Amino acid sequence: MKELSLNILDIAENSVKAGASLTEIRVTEKDGLLTLRIIDDGCGMTEEVLRRVTDPFYTTRTTRKVGMGLPLLKMEAEMTGGEMTVTSRYVGDFPEGHGTEVTATFYEDHIDFIPLGDVVSSITTLIQGHPDTDFLFDHESDAFHVTLDTRELRGILEDVPLNSYEVIMWIDSYLREQYEEDPLS
Amino acid sequence: MKSLAELQAIKDKMKDKVVLREGTGEIRVVVGMATCGIAAGARPVLNEFVQDVNEEGLSGKVTVSQTGCIGICQYEPVVEVFEAGKEKVTYVKMNAEKAKDVVARHLRGGQVVTEYTIGAYQA
Repeated sequence: MKELSLNILDIAENSVKAGASLTEIRVTEKDGLLTLRIIDDGCGMTEEVLRRVTDPFYTTRTTRKVGMGLPLLKMEAEMTGGEMTVTSRYVGDFPEGHGTEVTATFYEDHIDFIPLGDVVSSITTLIQGHPDTDFLFDHESDAFHVTLDTRELRGILEDVPLNSYEVIMWIDSYLREQYEEDPLS
Repeated sequence: MKSLAELQAIKDKMKDKVVLREGTGEIRVVVGMATCGIAAGARPVLNEFVQDVNEEGLSGKVTVSQTGCIGICQYEPVVEVFEAGKEKVTYVKMNAEKAKDVVARHLRGGQVVTEYTIGAYQA
């Protein structure tokens, strides 16, 4: 992938396909370490699937939730000296509290670090395509703290769809302005 | 500065328009957004379709949506256009510029942009 934000889009799409009602996308940047966490309350994976989830030649085509996505993210994290872990609770074993959590760490000063890129565009693309599920986005560094929770927006919008063009444009500006805001002002 | 109050204003302005905005679904534009599509550049293609369909005032008859892997990863980004009573059109190796062209010539003008279709690549 050219940007880590594309991996975010890809992995979060898997969460939506796994039936998640809420997908959390959390990025923290501290002391040169970027940590990406994608947490969903979807159907989760069985232990058998989880064991093989980072094998690029293993796929469960019937559910289409495993493929190249996680192996790529793992490789991109490890290229920088970081790592990726996946934990999951399968709905069949955990009728309550099921879901998947993907955590990847990246050392930002490594020459092979892939920049985060246009993460705002990934968030708006997710909301545009899946207006009936919720996303929580949180990006924190020493310089800024950007957040968006579609549940809050949904409360204001009532029956106006989250993927109405005007709303998507508002979300795009709302996020970009949070990045540009001067923390000292 | 964007505020939640501004979002409230958007809602108030739009709530009467919602019924109209749902569209007739006359034309469906579907963008492949699996790993293969995303890696090949599907995100800007989708965003261009969404933007242009709205700016050209076509949102009443055109809906833009996403799908998973269509199965022709080597041709990604792939966009399929479904129109009632017509054969499906598959556009391949798309980018934002080509998406703009498809909105203008096909979705608005009614002419399939043959040079971007899978047929043109396979010929």
